[in-house]
Amino acid sequence: MYSQALNTPTKLADTSPEATRFQDRIDAEERIEPNDWMPEAYRRTLVRQISQHAHSEIVGMLPEGNWITRAPSLKRKAALLAKVQDEGGHGLYLYAAAETLGVAREELVDQLLSGRAKYSSIFNYPTLTWADIGAIGWLVDGAAIMNQIPLCRCSYGPYARAMIRICKEESFHQRQGYEIMLTLSRGTAEQKAMAQDALDRWWWPCLMMFGPPDGQSNHSDTSMRWKIKRFTNDALRQKFVDATVPQGHYLGLTFPDPDLRWDEAAGHWRFGDIDWEEFRRVLAGDGPCNRERLAARRQAHADGAWVRDAARAHAAKQHAKAA
Amino acid sequence: MASTSITVEETAERGLLLARADDALVLGHRLSEWTGRAPLLEEELALANVALDLIGQARALYQATGLDEDALAYRRDASGFRNALIMELPNGDFAVTMARLFLVSTATDLYWRAAVADELLGPIAARAEKETAYHVRHAAEWLVRLGDGTAESHRRAQDALDLLWPYTGELFEPAPLGPDPAALRPAWEAAVAPVIARATLRRPADGWMQSGGRSGRHTEHLGHMLAEMQVLPRTYPDARW
Repeated sequence: MYSQALNTPTKLADTSPEATRFQDRIDAEERIEPNDWMPEAYRRTLVRQISQHAHSEIVGMLPEGNWITRAPSLKRKAALLAKVQDEGGHGLYLYAAAETLGVAREELVDQLLSGRAKYSSIFNYPTLTWADIGAIGWLVDGAAIMNQIPLCRCSYGPYARAMIRICKEESFHQRQGYEIMLTLSRGTAEQKAMAQDALDRWWWPCLMMFGPPDGQSNHSDTSMRWKIKRFTNDALRQKFVDATVPQGHYLGLTFPDPDLRWDEAAGHWRFGDIDWEEFRRVLAGDGPCNRERLAARRQAHADGAWVRDAARAHAAKQHAKAA
Repeated sequence: MASTSITVEETAERGLLLARADDALVLGHRLSEWTGRAPLLEEELALANVALDLIGQARALYQATGLDEDALAYRRDASGFRNALIMELPNGDFAVTMARLFLVSTATDLYWRAAVADELLGPIAARAEKETAYHVRHAAEWLVRLGDGTAESHRRAQDALDLLWPYTGELFEPAPLGPDPAALRPAWEAAVAPVIARATLRRPADGWMQSGGRSGRHTEHLGHMLAEMQVLPRTYPDARW
């Protein structure tokens, strides 16, 4: 999955020699590494973005985890379990990438659990049928890939490298999701209805994943100048729509957008207005599953406290014995 | 509407394969229930790994029966399952989950080692043994951490052993075909005792032992697990997924 563009604007007035050299390196497409000098705002922006991305992976395990015990065949069960495991792995690399910027994983997890950190709004929607597992792979991971491929060239080395590996796995997940949708849409009438219903529910929230429209996304300039971000929200969203609409038509499904039409002259699929009010509301905490998702993470953390304490106590005893 | 259940014609070979396959599937399913709930992220990944190994083993064993793997997993009633009862017990806390994984995997690892030479199980056993050896190591390390950790973790680990012990006898019940589980018991005792000692835990006494899983007489828990696991294939019997 992926992190959403949520960053707040940052001041960029530093004209010191270090700052100038830093920007020159970025302009020359050099990678910034953990021990290199970097502006504080660059560090903060990255910590926020990478940790939001990590949190999204971890919270994203919940809606799909909801179907692991009900996956309809052994092959599907193994594939879904492996996919959700990959997401945990992505969370782990991303927390590690954030740690290279001088912040501890515990602190980041604490920000998530206390509700101070954001994660992708898409995971606040419920998975109601098996087709949602297909739709998440096809659409949510498809949207994630659009966002993440440019991040493989992000100016910050550890993030860019983590993203290369993550993108490979995401594209596998996306194909797997599409294959679930294909099986359903070629299946019984009930299965086709499930597939259509999943597309109806997931389409608009997926378009929101790219973040607010360019006019309202005031942080973009700085992130683009720092080459953390390389394309605008709207450009990525359009790219996703152009790639996805023909895939949906091949499935024989209908997009829940009466304004969707092919613009021959521009070579793009034009789509209707996104309900940004819904986006803001879900982001602010009022989505169908916000409270449940956070409660589930808090519960797991609280239930595991005695285990983590035990591991620390045992390690301390071993250490004392060795000394 | 007619029942969506199937009945399997059980030859001795199929009985052997199903017992091992059901052990792996049921325990793998239980471990998969931990997804999103593990005490730390690294353990989230490890539990999923073990679950994936077990589901993979179950598939290979089901396929060796010559029957459809999904029909076996999704269309048999609880009474058709041949797993040992310990596999189907609810996960409990992390101590119960790890103590079970340790007790079971230690027995299973010995079984796969003995089965490598078996005509029917050999090819599957060779691969499964490598995976199971890792499960034993992982679970043993946790049992030691928990037993030796804090007063609370020690108490929970001891409670887990006490809860599970009466279910261990079934792991060594004689079988008509394949390696003789009863013959593995001394090696199991020898492998389990030092880990329990390192964990500063007490080995529970051998009293009355639970039994019945191999003949399809299960605990109350398996029916609930299957109701959840089998819901889609049972609800839409004509669908392919």
